[in-house]
Amino acid sequence: MAILKVVDVDKCIGCMSCMQACARFRYQSFSLYRAALQVKTRGGISSGFQVNTCLGCTEPMCAEACPTEALIPRKGGGVVFRQNLCIGCGECEKACPVDAIRMDPQWHIPIVCVQCGICTQYCPHEVIQMVEEVVPHVDK
Amino acid sequence: MWINDVRVLHIDLTNRKVRLEHRPDLKDWIGGTGAASKLFEELQGHEIPAGDDKSPIIFATGPLNGVLPLMTKVVSIYRSPYTGDWGESHAGGRLGMVMAYAGIDLLVITGKSERPVYLVIGPHSVEFKDARHLWGLDVFTTGRLIRLHEKRASGRRSILRIGPAAERGVKFAGVNVDTFRHFGRLGLGTLMGMKNLKAIVVVGDDSTHFGVNPEYTKFYKEIYDLVVGSDLLHKYHDLGTPQNVLPLNSIKSLPTKNMQKTQFEYAENISGEYFADNLLVRKIACSGCQVGCIHVGLLREQFGPEHEYKYTQVSYDHELIFALGSMLETKTAEEVLKLIDQVERLGLDAISSGVALAWTTEALERGIISEKDTGIKLQWGDTERYLEALQMLAYRVNDFWHLLGEGTMAAAREYGGEDFAAVLGQEMAGYATGPVYYVSQAMGVRHSHLDTAGYSFDQKATEYTPEAALEYIISEDRRRVVLTSLVSCLFARGLYTWDRVKKGLSIIGYEKQAEEAEEIGDEIRRLRWKLKVAMGYDPDNVKIPKRYFETETFRGKPDPEFTNKLIKMYASHIKELIK
Repeated sequence: MAILKVVDVDKCIGCMSCMQACARFRYQSFSLYRAALQVKTRGGISSGFQVNTCLGCTEPMCAEACPTEALIPRKGGGVVFRQNLCIGCGECEKACPVDAIRMDPQWHIPIVCVQCGICTQYCPHEVIQMVEEVVPHVDK
Repeated sequence: MWINDVRVLHIDLTNRKVRLEHRPDLKDWIGGTGAASKLFEELQGHEIPAGDDKSPIIFATGPLNGVLPLMTKVVSIYRSPYTGDWGESHAGGRLGMVMAYAGIDLLVITGKSERPVYLVIGPHSVEFKDARHLWGLDVFTTGRLIRLHEKRASGRRSILRIGPAAERGVKFAGVNVDTFRHFGRLGLGTLMGMKNLKAIVVVGDDSTHFGVNPEYTKFYKEIYDLVVGSDLLHKYHDLGTPQNVLPLNSIKSLPTKNMQKTQFEYAENISGEYFADNLLVRKIACSGCQVGCIHVGLLREQFGPEHEYKYTQVSYDHELIFALGSMLETKTAEEVLKLIDQVERLGLDAISSGVALAWTTEALERGIISEKDTGIKLQWGDTERYLEALQMLAYRVNDFWHLLGEGTMAAAREYGGEDFAAVLGQEMAGYATGPVYYVSQAMGVRHSHLDTAGYSFDQKATEYTPEAALEYIISEDRRRVVLTSLVSCLFARGLYTWDRVKKGLSIIGYEKQAEEAEEIGDEIRRLRWKLKVAMGYDPDNVKIPKRYFETETFRGKPDPEFTNKLIKMYASHIKELIK
């Protein structure tokens, strides 16, 4: 199964459309915070952008840390989130080694990537793509 | 945000007080330009003298900011320290989206801080921070130090700051927004300087309860597909606004050498094509726009012997290339970037600065002023001297530069040389297309090429009469004032037809405003003109300097009779509108 990859971050123009799409489709929300991926500058706009997103681990530490199995490994990489099992403890957020999970302060659920790929459909430069084979992630 | 409530955050710098006001009634004015103008009237901004401590600065987003692609701008309304009347300037960058996510629809800043201060404003907080250490620093250093100290919500914030020119009260000092965008014209930076307000950081890390429904999601997709999949915005993405340089030059419309000419023999060297092929390193976008029209050029400079190099990223646009390029006969794109970079550091408005230096150079040539006045010899195309002169202008080093900092016409009135001051309400923008453009800038409510784009009429009209020109001006003004109330980028004017504007408004529950959009546009126009006239603007007293009648344009040498008739008709229209 395909997983989300940051293919070429240097092509990012910082429009934030991917983040808005994630919030819009997955959470029916108007938000930059409720987006599983985060576009930021590396230190001011002239320094270029970085896109921080779930790496789609094959042995996801977030799922290992989840005490209720609300997060379980997904076939092909990443996780499946079962909201009805989530108690909002935030262990997944602490466990993620690349800070790709944040707890929503109002909803008490993790904002976590489920590899749906909607964000890639709103990237004007194909910076992010759904990629089939699992290759080691290289952050440029 | 606009869709549910309208939240106005008032910040009083004198007493360090903050007040939140809920004003859903402002929706009647749509938002942006409309709502801010209404609020300005209520605050009696037109009664308070320009530059007075109490003089308010209003920043406004509109109901579609962040909601639809290219709804990316923020409108600022204030009493201009430069003209003394209507101050209105628009900026992109991140500010529009960030304000939407900060839950601040209108931000009002009044009073004057006792000491230099900067503000950090978020969805649930306002902090007044000591800025004594930042006072005197250039725009880029200020940005760097603020980023270093303020860690919160990196990537979801916007940083506005002023430079030394604003601190010293140069009347055309601008505000830098997120490094590459600006509230450039009519002295908003000057006003911030007068208030001892060095910078504003807005943090937008909240989510809102705006109902995202399938109709909205579908309409967003429709607009998105047009943005990335059609030719509507191609020119802005490809070469960007500098694509205008060569076409304007070929039709005798590129202001050159202080408007002595409208063709520049080195136009190829400073063309959009040259910049793109040789200096462009990246394009970036305002938050919420997929076009990415911000063209960033690479300025590579040798600073020492052998191979000592440094590089700087400089954003370039047509207006800067004309003002600091052809107007000064700057012969290479690399030198244009140097001049832009200097203007950015000092926090000057690029257009006004370039035009002011062009006038100064000609005044020196003609002996109206001397090197004793300026302390420096300026010559066309001499970039090193112009770099120094910009510094003298920003720091107001002597009487001459102090006066020039009041505006080109202010200096011309004192020294002579009004006839060749390229001023149309304020220093001209980069279109010498003909008399309709000249009148449209001289009489536009904010003296901007973006008010009504008279240059387009000059180039395209088949029925070229004052009557047809006025009709065009009025219809453009009405449409644009609605777009800037949403707040849309004006590059999206082809995308956001009346139908799409109305659909966007309907989707977010602004059905009444959608139905009455044209009428609301007229109401806003009426209000702005009324306030501008109340602050002393006299539409009967508009003068186009002699130089404009002597220089060839696309429409030949402007016919004084045609020009004066259009001015008269436009003045009558304004007076009729506000009666």
